[in-house]
Amino acid sequence: MSSKQKIENDIGHPFIEWKRKHLLGLRELSAEEITYILDTAAGFEELSSRAVKKAPALRGKLVVNLFFEDSTRTRNSFALAASRLSADVVEFTKKDSSVSKGETLLDTARNLEAMGIDIVVIRHNAGGAPTLLSKYINACVVNAGDGYCEHPTQGLLDVYTIRKLRGSLKGLKIAIVGDITHSRVARSDLWAMTKLGAEVTFVGPPTLLPPKIEQLPVKISYSLDDVIEKVDVINMLRIQFERLGGNPFPSVREYSHYFGLTVERMKRAKPDILVMHPGPINRGLEIESEVADGKNSVILQQVTNGVAVRMAVLFLVNQAAAQHAGQTL
Amino acid sequence: MNKNMGNEMLIKNGHVIDPANRINKKCDVLIADEKFVEVGRVKKQVANVIDATGKLVVPGLIDMHVHFREPGDEEEETIASGSAAAVAGGFTSVVCMPNTTPPIEDETDVEYVHRKARKARKTHVYTMGAITKGREGVELAEMGFMSQAGAVGFTDDGQGVQDPAVMLRALKYAQMFNVVIAQHCQDNKIAGKGVMNAGYYSTILGLPGQDGLAEEAMLWRDIQLVKKIKTGTVRYHAQHISTAGSVEIIRAAKKQGLPVTCEATPHHLLLTEKCCAEYDTNYKVNPPLRTEKDIGALKEALADGLIDALVTDHAPHLASEKELEFLAAPFGIAGLDCALALYIKALIEPGILDWPGLIRLLTVKPAKIIGVDKGAMTKGKQADVTIIDPDAEYKIDVNKFRSKSKNCPYHGWKVKGKVVKTIVGGEIRFSAED
Repeated sequence: MSSKQKIENDIGHPFIEWKRKHLLGLRELSAEEITYILDTAAGFEELSSRAVKKAPALRGKLVVNLFFEDSTRTRNSFALAASRLSADVVEFTKKDSSVSKGETLLDTARNLEAMGIDIVVIRHNAGGAPTLLSKYINACVVNAGDGYCEHPTQGLLDVYTIRKLRGSLKGLKIAIVGDITHSRVARSDLWAMTKLGAEVTFVGPPTLLPPKIEQLPVKISYSLDDVIEKVDVINMLRIQFERLGGNPFPSVREYSHYFGLTVERMKRAKPDILVMHPGPINRGLEIESEVADGKNSVILQQVTNGVAVRMAVLFLVNQAAAQHAGQTL
Repeated sequence: MNKNMGNEMLIKNGHVIDPANRINKKCDVLIADEKFVEVGRVKKQVANVIDATGKLVVPGLIDMHVHFREPGDEEEETIASGSAAAVAGGFTSVVCMPNTTPPIEDETDVEYVHRKARKARKTHVYTMGAITKGREGVELAEMGFMSQAGAVGFTDDGQGVQDPAVMLRALKYAQMFNVVIAQHCQDNKIAGKGVMNAGYYSTILGLPGQDGLAEEAMLWRDIQLVKKIKTGTVRYHAQHISTAGSVEIIRAAKKQGLPVTCEATPHHLLLTEKCCAEYDTNYKVNPPLRTEKDIGALKEALADGLIDALVTDHAPHLASEKELEFLAAPFGIAGLDCALALYIKALIEPGILDWPGLIRLLTVKPAKIIGVDKGAMTKGKQADVTIIDPDAEYKIDVNKFRSKSKNCPYHGWKVKGKVVKTIVGGEIRFSAED
C-alpha cells in the first residue's frame, strides 16, 4: 500500500493536495490546514508502533538539519522523522549564525542547495530567518524555531497531544505560563490552539509580556493562582536564561514562588488537568519534579507525538514541492 | 567656476515659488554670473532660455540629512555618487552626516568632504561634524576648528549622546560658534536591541522592538537641557522625529519659545511598522517605522508648522548587506533620487501642505537651521534652482537611481511630480532628458 493510500485509509477522507512547500509558522495556517496536518500525523503515529518503523515516502530525498542554535530534542526528532520516511539526513550545526561575522545565512543555504537538498529544517536565533530562506532557495523550508517568532512543529505537537487526549480543543481553557516575550512556543501554541477553538491565557510577570499583547487573541494574567483552578491544560514554559535581557524578575526564588507549578498549586487544579512543557525542564524552577513526573504530566507523550507530527510536516511539504515542480517544469 | 562668468540664463514662463520672498506666481527668472538677477517679467533677450511653461520653478532644494558613506564605505555610496543622486532628486545642497569610518571629527575630515564634493561638481555638499570624539559620547570633538572649516552643525547621528552632562556641555560650548546641535534622539537603554517599532508587529514577528519612548525620553531630556541654558545662542535640532509623543514634546517646547527645531522623513510619513511583516529589510530603518497614529500626528504637526525641515535620511546600503536576517541587516533607506515625489504623495496630494508650504520646508527653513545663505531666489544670491513638472506621472525604478545603493522600499510605486532640471550656481547639473 502506498503511503498515500495508507493515509487515506487512516484519516478516512480523500487525500487533499497540500499546497505549502514551506512550513514557516502557524499564524498563516487555517484551522483546516492545521487539522489536516494532525490527521496526517495520526496516520504516521500508527507506523511508529509497527515492528518495521519505516515508510518509503521520502526515499531518495535529502533533508538537512540546519541548526544555528543548540537543540537536542527537536533536531533528533526531525532526524528520526526523516529517517522513518526513508530520507537521507545531513546534520549541519553552526552555533554562530550570520548575526555574528562569517558566511551569511543565504550563502550557507545556497551552498547546501548546490549539494542537492530537498528540505531544509532550520533553527535560527533570528525571527524570520526561515522566511528569508524561503524567498531565496528552491528547497522546502521547515521552521524548527526562529528567534522568538514561531516553533510551528512544537505548536502542532502540543495541539496533537491535547486533541488525542481530549478529542478536541473546542472550548478548552489553556494557560501558557512564563516568559512569553521570548517564547516562540507560546506564539505557535497561541495560533494553533485558538484556531482550533481553545481559549488561551498567557500568565507571567508584566516584564515578560511582549508589547501590544492585548491586540492578540489571548487573555492575560499576572497571577497563576487566579488561573490554576480554571484551566484544562497548562503549558509551563522554560525560563530561557540565554534570552533574558537585564533582570525581568528579581530572583529565581521569587519567580518560582509566583509562577512555579508546585505540588501545592496542583491541589487546586482540575483533577484531569494536562500538564505540558516543551522541554528542557528546569526542575524546581518553573515546575516541581513531582508535577513534571506526576500523573497529569503529558510531557513525554509530547515528545513521542513530535516524531509523528514532524513526519507529517516533512511528508506534506515534499508533496507540495512535487506539485510545484510538476506545474513549473 | 569662471566659465559661466557673464553667461546669462533665462528660465521663462514657469510658476515661481519662492517662499522666502513670498513669490508664488507665473514669471521668469534671470540668472547671470552664477547669481540671481531678477525674478519677474523679464523682457531682456537672452540666448540661453529654458522654457518652463507648466513647470514649477523653485529655489534649489536642500536636504539637511544624508549619508554619503565616504570615507569608509565607498562601496555603498561616495560623495560623487551621492551628489549625482542629489541633483537627480532636485537637491542643490545636502548635509552629510558625520557617522563615516572614521567619523568626521576634525577640520581635516571636514575639508576632505568639501574637496571630494568640489571634484564631484554636482551639488553643494555640506557636512556636520561629530559632537564627540569617535561619536562615543564621552569627550567633545573640536567644534571650533570644524566650524571654521565649514561644518554646518554637530551631531553623533546614528547614535544619541547618552550622557546628559556631555550633552549639556555640547549645547553650551556650541554657542561660541552659533552652530546647531542636532540629536539622533535614542535612549539606548530603552531602545535595547530593538530592530523595529515595539508593538503588535514586533510581537507577532518575534523581533525585539524599539519603543517610541526611547526617542521621546531623550528628546524631552534635551529640551530640559536647552531650557537650563536659557541665555545665549543655543540651538537644538531634533533629527527624524517619528512618534506622536515626540510631536507633543516639540509642540510644548515651541510654545515656550525655546530654540528648538525638528525634521521629518518621507518614510515616517508614508510607511508603518506593518511594512515589516514579511521581514523585508528595506523597511528596516532607525528610528523604526511606527503606526498610522504617529503618521497622523506628524502630518498634523506639518500642517501646524511645527516641523522645520523635511529630510531623506538617505542611508545607502549594499543589497548583500540587506539580504540578511532582519535582526542582522543594517538600518537605512536610500531615497534621494525619488524624495520629492514622496513628499508630494505624503503632503501635497492629501492636502496637508500647499506647494509654498512644502517648498519652504525644503529650502529656506533648513537653510536657516544650518546657517547657510541659501534657499531663496533673492537678487545677488548664488543661483540654485530646481525645476519641477508637478504633473508628470511615473513609476519609481531603483535601477535608474544615481545612488550606488538600491535599498529603497518604494520601487514600483506610482508617483507624481518629477524633477526636470537642477541648476547649481547658474549651471545645469541635472536634466531629466539626459
